[in-house]
Amino acid sequence: MKIVTLVKHVPDATADRTFTADNTTDRAGVDGLLSELDEYAVEEALKVGDAGTDVEIIALTMGPGGAEAAVKKALQMGADSAVHVVDDSLHGSDALATAQVLAAAVTKIGDVDLVLTGMASTDGGMSVVPAMIAEYLGLAHVGFVGELTVSDTAVTARRDDDAASETIEAALPAVVSVTDQINEPRYPSFKGIMAAKKKPVETWTLADLGVDSGAVGLDAALCVVREVTKRPERSAGSVVTDEGDGGTKLAEFLAAQKLI
Amino acid sequence: MTTPLELLSVEHLLSEEERDLRDAVAHFVDDRVRPSVADWYEDGLSSSAVRELALEAGKLGLLGMHLTGYGCAGTNAVSYGLACMELEAGDSGVRSLVSVQGSLAMFAIWKFGSEEQKQQWLPGMAAGELIGCFGLTEPDFGSNPAGMRTCARRDGDDWVLDGTKMWITNGSVADVAVVWARCADDGAVRGFLVPAGTPGFTAPKIGKKLSLRASVTSELVLEGVRLPSSAVLPEVSSLRGPLSCLNEARFGIVFGALGAARDCLAAALSYVQTREVFDKPLASFQLTQAKLADMALELQKGYLLALHLGRLKDDGTLTPQQVSLGKLNNVREALAIARECRTILGANGITLEYPVLRHANNLESVLTYEGTSEVHQLVIGQALTGQSAFS
Repeated sequence: MKIVTLVKHVPDATADRTFTADNTTDRAGVDGLLSELDEYAVEEALKVGDAGTDVEIIALTMGPGGAEAAVKKALQMGADSAVHVVDDSLHGSDALATAQVLAAAVTKIGDVDLVLTGMASTDGGMSVVPAMIAEYLGLAHVGFVGELTVSDTAVTARRDDDAASETIEAALPAVVSVTDQINEPRYPSFKGIMAAKKKPVETWTLADLGVDSGAVGLDAALCVVREVTKRPERSAGSVVTDEGDGGTKLAEFLAAQKLI
Repeated sequence: MTTPLELLSVEHLLSEEERDLRDAVAHFVDDRVRPSVADWYEDGLSSSAVRELALEAGKLGLLGMHLTGYGCAGTNAVSYGLACMELEAGDSGVRSLVSVQGSLAMFAIWKFGSEEQKQQWLPGMAAGELIGCFGLTEPDFGSNPAGMRTCARRDGDDWVLDGTKMWITNGSVADVAVVWARCADDGAVRGFLVPAGTPGFTAPKIGKKLSLRASVTSELVLEGVRLPSSAVLPEVSSLRGPLSCLNEARFGIVFGALGAARDCLAAALSYVQTREVFDKPLASFQLTQAKLADMALELQKGYLLALHLGRLKDDGTLTPQQVSLGKLNNVREALAIARECRTILGANGITLEYPVLRHANNLESVLTYEGTSEVHQLVIGQALTGQSAFS
């Protein structure tokens, strides 16, 4: 069984987020890493293999140079090989273009039974790319999956929402996005880390995929960030010193904020 | 602001793989050690906690990581050193667990054992499912292991062991003890694999410790312990055996001690920014800055020394004298840093809320185990003068 896991290289969320002049994410200033939510997809793919199915796991990423860090983590965790789509004209691509490129890459990889993704990226957080890829590929899509069973011909997926859980079956090939409740991603072991550097990583351009460079990038984007404003700094709180009347002061404060 | 180890831009001295392996250990320590270490220290590390920790460490690949085959990861020596550094930034006791398992017990079997012994023990030990300990030191023989009284005599095809070993990390938890004994017939020192539960073999825990409390330390008592001839490590019959194992573990300590020092310094650096004295941050005082600068300097020097020794080890040219030099300097300086950091933290420094006195107390043990500072001075003295001052 051939499984493609989509892995996104995102800026470290613990670092300061900055933007370049064209309002795209500034990747130069911060360390990047594998979007944590994608680790669940990699783990789920590995679990299919652990359960006894003979799997080939390919980690697929699209992003500028540096995105190898995301595929490296996936390879260290246990993916077999990786594909990195990199092309200068991809800069500023929106979700639709991203999905188009990734779908083309999945098609080029060929004979893919299952595409596994995280439920969102930890930077953009739009959650739409998996469904769009499925649409481009004409495949079934099951999103936000909390439990997954994979057979030779179908996936059975449990989806939890506030009111109910539903169990859905979809024929393979399919695109499945998984939540952060589905598993506990493994640490790369020393053996995984040492084996990763020997695993093949292919680099593809848009020309390799047959995607028109005019259809992607900032200029072609249907969805463009017009303005970025930094959240105002938090102001210092006020300290209530208890001089026997602490309770009254607290109540007065809450009342002044119209909280009580 | 920069961290003490970034002052000299040493990061590029490591390969990408070395950095990845180190970061994996740092992650492990953040996740599995730091949240619990104060409790382990306060209550003493339980045997079940050792088992759990060993399994986690095995899963990562920490146990016997620098050995090859038999389920071991097969990293280079520098990576092993860096792992020790990260582990000891968590706690010297946790690093000791890994050192004893990998560099003493597993290394002894890997280097001097028969193929059957290796197959029997090493894969399980690498996975952390089996725990090993290493018995050389005795109640009356520490720096002078040649004086050991533990004795092995032949009885038909069997061996019978009598004696006592002391200060044995993991002893009470171990599934197998590597016990060094002097053989009655030829006077040679040989290593024996003593499985837990062998009649006559007990391993009581040593209590009332003020150091390495997050580590199990035991006595090994051997009273007429009968072992088959297959229990003896066939490939060595002199003190060279245990001493070469100690040299392995000592190498890890050269790096490890710096981890404890780095952790203390990080705690102190964070503390001085928030603590106000005479209405000013402690960080703004000249005496504080002088202390911090001196400590960062020693940490850097120690790190460069450790890395240099690691590269020599990977080249296969590292000598025991050089390891002595590294251990002497780095443990001594780490202890000085831990104590100095304690002065910066004042009374807060004596609690388990902060790591500094825990590290300092641990380093008191690290200073003397695996060769005391004095013995290392004598080793270096002998290298410089050609005169042995040991006896």
